[in-house]
This record gives sequence, C-alpha cells and structure tokens, in this order.
Amino acid sequence: MMQDINKLEQMYKAGAISRREFMKRSAAIGMVLAGSGIMAAGSAQAAPKKGGRLRQGIGNGATTDSLDPGTHNQGFTHNLVCSYANSLTEVDGEGNLIPELAESYEGSVDAKTWIFKLRKGIEFHNGKTLTTDDVLASINFHRGKNSKSVVKELLNPIESIRKDGNNTIVFELKSGSADFPFLMSDYHIPILPEKDGRLDWAAGIGTGGYILQNYEPGVRAEFKRNPNYWKPGRAHFDEVENIAILDATARQNAIMNGDVDVINTVDPKIVHLLTRVPNLKILEVAGLLHYTFPMRVNVKPFDNPDLRMAIKLSVNRQEMVKKILSGHGTLGNDHPISASNRHHASNLPQRAYDPEKAKYFLKKSGMEGVNLQLSASDVAFAGAVDAALLLKASAAKIGVNIDVVQEPKDGYWSNVWNKKPWCTARSRGRATTDWMLSLLYIRDQKWNDTAWREGPEVDRFNELVEIARTELDEAKRKALYVEAQTILHNHGGAVIPMFANHIMALSKKIGHDKAISGNAESDGNKSAERWWFV
Amino acid sequence: MHPIFLTIMKRLGLSVLTLFIVSVIIFSTVEFLPGDFGQAILGQAALPDTVAAFRRELGLDLPLHVRYFDWMGGVLTGDLGTSFSGRGTQGLDNSRPVIDLIAPRLSNTLFLASFTALIAIPLSLFLGITTALYRNSIYDRTVNTITLTTISFPEFFVAYLLVLIFASFYKVFPSLANISPDMPLGELIYRSALPALTLTLVIVAHMMRMTRAAIINLLANPYIEMAEFKGLSRVRIILHHALPNAWAPIVNVIAMNLAYLVVGVVIVEVVFVYPGIGQLMIDAVTARDIPVIQGCVMFFAVTYILLNLFADIISIITNPRLLHPR
Repeated sequence: MMQDINKLEQMYKAGAISRREFMKRSAAIGMVLAGSGIMAAGSAQAAPKKGGRLRQGIGNGATTDSLDPGTHNQGFTHNLVCSYANSLTEVDGEGNLIPELAESYEGSVDAKTWIFKLRKGIEFHNGKTLTTDDVLASINFHRGKNSKSVVKELLNPIESIRKDGNNTIVFELKSGSADFPFLMSDYHIPILPEKDGRLDWAAGIGTGGYILQNYEPGVRAEFKRNPNYWKPGRAHFDEVENIAILDATARQNAIMNGDVDVINTVDPKIVHLLTRVPNLKILEVAGLLHYTFPMRVNVKPFDNPDLRMAIKLSVNRQEMVKKILSGHGTLGNDHPISASNRHHASNLPQRAYDPEKAKYFLKKSGMEGVNLQLSASDVAFAGAVDAALLLKASAAKIGVNIDVVQEPKDGYWSNVWNKKPWCTARSRGRATTDWMLSLLYIRDQKWNDTAWREGPEVDRFNELVEIARTELDEAKRKALYVEAQTILHNHGGAVIPMFANHIMALSKKIGHDKAISGNAESDGNKSAERWWFV
Repeated sequence: MHPIFLTIMKRLGLSVLTLFIVSVIIFSTVEFLPGDFGQAILGQAALPDTVAAFRRELGLDLPLHVRYFDWMGGVLTGDLGTSFSGRGTQGLDNSRPVIDLIAPRLSNTLFLASFTALIAIPLSLFLGITTALYRNSIYDRTVNTITLTTISFPEFFVAYLLVLIFASFYKVFPSLANISPDMPLGELIYRSALPALTLTLVIVAHMMRMTRAAIINLLANPYIEMAEFKGLSRVRIILHHALPNAWAPIVNVIAMNLAYLVVGVVIVEVVFVYPGIGQLMIDAVTARDIPVIQGCVMFFAVTYILLNLFADIISIITNPRLLHPR
C-alpha cells in the first residue's frame, strides 16, 4: 500500500494527476493527509526527536472509567491502554498486521490452530519478566461464563489456549479463522501481568512505552517514558498527559490557545476555521468509522425487499456527506467494508440517489404512501438527527413518509438500537473484513442489528463469510468477500450512506510518520508511542 | 434556653426530615430512568447476559425498598457505600468508596466557590452600598447596566467571551482550568481565574441589586429621616442606620448564590474542563451509578440546608425583634 501512495505522490508532484484526483485516490487506499504530510511537505518527514511533554485533549472519558480492559468502551481508555501496555499484535499505520509482544505467529493449514511465539526478555514496568502465564491470564480474563468483558463474544471462537514451553502459546479455535491474529491486536486485550493466578489490571502496569503515573478517571492520565522500552524507535516523549475534554468548543479553545498539543476529534463543521490558525495542522484520515440506518428486516414493513431497495435509492448520499460531514468523509455503498480495506468491492457500482428507480421499486413493493418511523439521536453520530431529516426530505419525493422520532440520548444503545425497527447507528469499523461482517451481519450474532436472519441470500452470505474465514488464498478470499458485499448491498437491511474521516488537530510542533492509521483516531490511538516533537 | 439555640435545633430536626425525603425522591427517580448500570457502562457493547451478570453482582435484581434500606443503613453509620464503577469484569474488585470519589471533586468545587465568593461578595456589597449612596447618578446607572448585562447572558457565553479575551487575544490566563490537588495555591488561583471570573460576573448582579434595593427601601423610614435631620453624613446614615436593618434579605440572597456556586456550576465546569462535583454527578447519572448519585445529592441538599440555616441565623441575630420575640 505504501508503494501505491509513493506512486500517487510522484504522479501528483509530476503534475500527472490533479490535487483533487490525488486526494480521491489516496483516500481510496486509506490515506488522506490534508494540510500536512505530503500536501504541505514538512514536519511529517523530519526524523523523530526525543523529549518534551505531550498534552492530548481527548473528547471522551468519564468518572466511571476504570483500568479494567474489559470495560473499556471509548477513546480515552483506548489511548490509555495503548500508552502503557502492548498487545500480542499491532496494526501499523498502513493497516497491516505486525507482531508486537509476539515475535511471530503462525497458523495451521486449516487456520484452526495458531501458534504465537513470545518475544524474550521483555519486562513489565515493575521489573517482572513477561511470561506465557501473563498472556494466558490476559486472554482468559475476558473468557468464561462469569466474564462481563465487552470482548467476551469476540473471543468466543477460542476453544482452548495453552502454553507450550516458555515462550509459545497455542490457540485452538472452534473453527478456522485466517484473521485470528488481528483479533489479538484489539485494545481490549492488552497483555498485563498475572498475579496469583489472576490478571492484575488494577496496578496499571504494562510493558508499554510509557509508565502510568497518575490516573483520575474522567479527568486526566499522566505518564512518563519507560526507559527500558523494548520497541526501538518508538515512545519519544519524556512525559504524556491525556486530558478529558468533553465539550467540543472547550477542546477547540484548548488547542487554539496552546493549552494542549493535540485534540483527537474535531467537529467537521469547524475544520475549515481551524486550518486558518497558523500554529495548527489538521490531520485527516479516511477510516473505518461508518454511519448506518439499520432496518430490522423481521419487522413489517421492512421485511419487504423492494421497499428496502426503494429507501436505499432515495438516500442522497452526496448531500449527506456534504452536509453532515461537511465533506470530510466518503460515500457508503450499503455495505460496511471501507475503501481502505483490501477486500473492498471496488467494482460494485456506487449506489446513487435515483428517485425514478426508487419509485419503481416502491410501486413494486405495493407500499406507495407508506408511513415509516425512524428513531434518531445524536448519540449514534454527530448530526444523526439532521441526517434522518435529510433522508425524510429525499424520501418524501418518492412518496415515502418518514416520521423522524427523536429518541433520548440516555440509554439509546440499550433501548433503541437493535430494538426499534429503524434507527440511526454507527460502527467504528473493524480491522478485518471477517471481524466486521461477523460482528454485525452474520445470522447468530446478537448485534445483528438488521435482524437479517432468513432467506436464501442470508444463507449464501453466512456461507460466504464462513468459507472466507478459513480461506488462506488471498485472491479467492477477496472474491468471496466481494460476493458477500454485493449481497449486503442488494439485500441487506442497512442503509450505509457514509464513512466518516477521523479528523484531528495537532500543533505544528508534532511530527509523525507519513502513514497514519485509520483504525481509530490519534493514529490508531498510538499517538503517544508513534509521534514526537520536531 | 436561648431562642436562637431552640430555632437551630428545630431547623436541624426538620433538615433531617428534608434529607430523608430528598433521598427517597432521588432513589426512585433514578429507578425510573431507562437502563441500568450494566447497560449504561457497556453502551453499545451490552449483551443481555453480561448485563445480567452485572445486575446480580451489584444487587440490582433485589427489590427497590430492600436496596434503599440497605443504602440508608450504611448512610446512618457514616458509610456512603461503594461506587458501581471500577468493578472488575472478572474477579478483581477495584471499585472505590463513594466518599473517595466525591471528596477530591468536592474540594475542587469548594475551592472554586470560595475563590469566587471572596471576589463576588465584597464586590457586590461595595457596589450595592455605593449605588444606594449615589442612586440615580450616572455611576448607579452604569453599574446597574453592566451587572444586568452580565447576568442576562448565559454562563457559557460569558465564559467563552472571557476565554476569547483573556486566553486567545491576550494570553493572560489558560483556557483549561484542569487543576489537580498537588498544585501550589498560586497555580490553583492562576488556573481557576477564568472560571471564578465567569461565576463572579454571573452572580454579582443578584447580590448587588438586592443590597441596593434593601438599603433604598429603608431610606424612606422615619428613623432615617430623623438621622438626616440630625445632620449625619449620607455614608454614616447608610452604614450605621440602614445597613444593619437590611442584612436579612441581603444574607438570604448571598446564601442562595453560595449554594448555586456549590451545586449549579456544571456548565462552567464543562467549558473550562474544571474537575468539579457537577461533572461527577452527570457521569454518575449517565452511568446509573446510584450510590454516587445519592452521595452527590445528599451533599447538595446538606449545602442548601446549612446555607439557609446560616442565613436565617444571621437575619435573627441582626434583628432584635426576632432575637427577643415577645
């Protein structure tokens, strides 16, 4: 992928392609570096330098947070874990999986057995040497009947884990999974020390580049550099301070006035204003985050495929990206696989706003003038209510009446999402195609928020995901996933109109690699480890 | 027994009853909120069996009255309970006592409240007395216009305006007031300057206008006229003859504003990222962390009750008619 980018960069510099074309194509391979890096050639290329105190303003964090990795559900805790701990594997800036605490990993032919070799001589912050027992404790912590971990379901495919010698871990899976090592990069599964047969997460001790000094949940976390960090060329700051700044305006004030060096989320509506601040740069990465309108296909009238198609065709996606994301995003094609994913079905025609065709399908469904309710709340994503109103307006033109019901923010994920027939939702996306599809779209998954469980297309889709999971031939695998995406695109219950970019604002003093991870905000939340002061 | 002492005892007795009613209302209100701690804390990731596991562990499956009396029993023995959060998803329990959660936030809030009060109360008394002294002068009108303007703006607007002027245009103060307990006093004052200033602007008008009105109200009385006939200066008339009789309404307004400074400044906390008790309470409500909500509310109620009691005592002491009732 890096080669693609270099090629594009050369073409752009040689004038072979326009700036617009460059932006478009680089977005397609998962990189947008607006106002930085290539576009403004400068800081990003400078060599890393040690020192300084990085202050990050982070747009979430609550007093109820804790160090327990099984409860982590947002950016503050995500960034915290990535600063003081490591996982077995890591997703790098270009979206590739690289070993982290594992030295290497290897799957059996049927992808059912995975052998991870642990790096030797790694020490926790308290001087304890990392052993296979720590790894076992860290993973088993999320498993088992009594586990309340948010990744309990994710680790369900694991049949058993055992150690083999001093630095080998063997995973036996219930069925093959070619992407299994990707799961081990999940930020919920950091490798923490084991103590008396249990995972000792409360101490805040890890193997990471920074030692946690002070943590006040919902307020701040402070770190100092780990002098014994094992990973070469990483963790450049002397100290790091993460500050929870929930209010978007307060965040913007803090970065403009130099009270922080980074803010991890910027309201798309003010990006153009922040670019005018001389000492700031905007970092924008096309990521996996996407906004959806899941229709539950087990409820009338959404069980009618023609009505669903009519609705999909009556969404004005261009308008949504323009008005809801202020242009900081890309069009969605009613499947959750982003353009930066190597399995993205790029030949699948982009669905466009087509009132005529929509009317045809509406007529075919026999539901002209149907009244629908769309439950919306800005908890789902910033601007969700407005997006629902845009949908209402464009659907009204084809004769579908949508009543936008504004739901309370409180308890939205427990009472509305995955319950009401049609609502607004988001997914932060997942690093692999299998993970993404398995999480929200396969039949038995509890989070199958479109309740897409019956019919020949569903059978075929589930079959495809299952076959692809164990298919190690990349070309065959891609073909399977393209078919799966096509089925979702045509028959699935979710309207997926847009993918949102991660937008961050950084002080110009901060340097970073050219490739910024689109996995999550702040370089996959590894900002403290990967960035530096120039 | 001195009548004041009797009044205080009576009031304290009533306070206990008030606290009891407040606790019942809050406990049942939280119950009416949709969702519970397990669902709230796990968010989009909540699965039915993980939520059920949380519920069992926290005793949320017990009936409401059982949980209430459990909690009440703890409070009566001085134990506010343990927060729901921080509990391990498996095994380890790292949850913190409610008091440990509230104490540091409370000390921050009290610091900001006292800092603001130290500026705002003398300032409004001074402005109130001087505007009464020179009423209807240009000075009076200017002060009234300015204070009425600042009280009419919403707090966040005043806050943003101050940030714009004192943090963006002239970098005098930081726009983030994220203080921490280990900072020296000078640093604390420097960092909380903008929130304190914002709150001052918001509350000065109320106290200043009450002072002015209370004094002017008295100036029409015969005894003031008498003082004027005796040839006393206006300053002496106001400070020695009018003010002592005006304390009751002024002190009541001051008490109300002090209570507001302690319990109602969450917007200012959010704008300046000030780690006060307001944000703690909001987080607790969002997560349905009932012990913490109850702890905060109890504390808020106690603040109101004590400040009102204090105001009443001052009114009684400064008013001989109330001090020696026939």
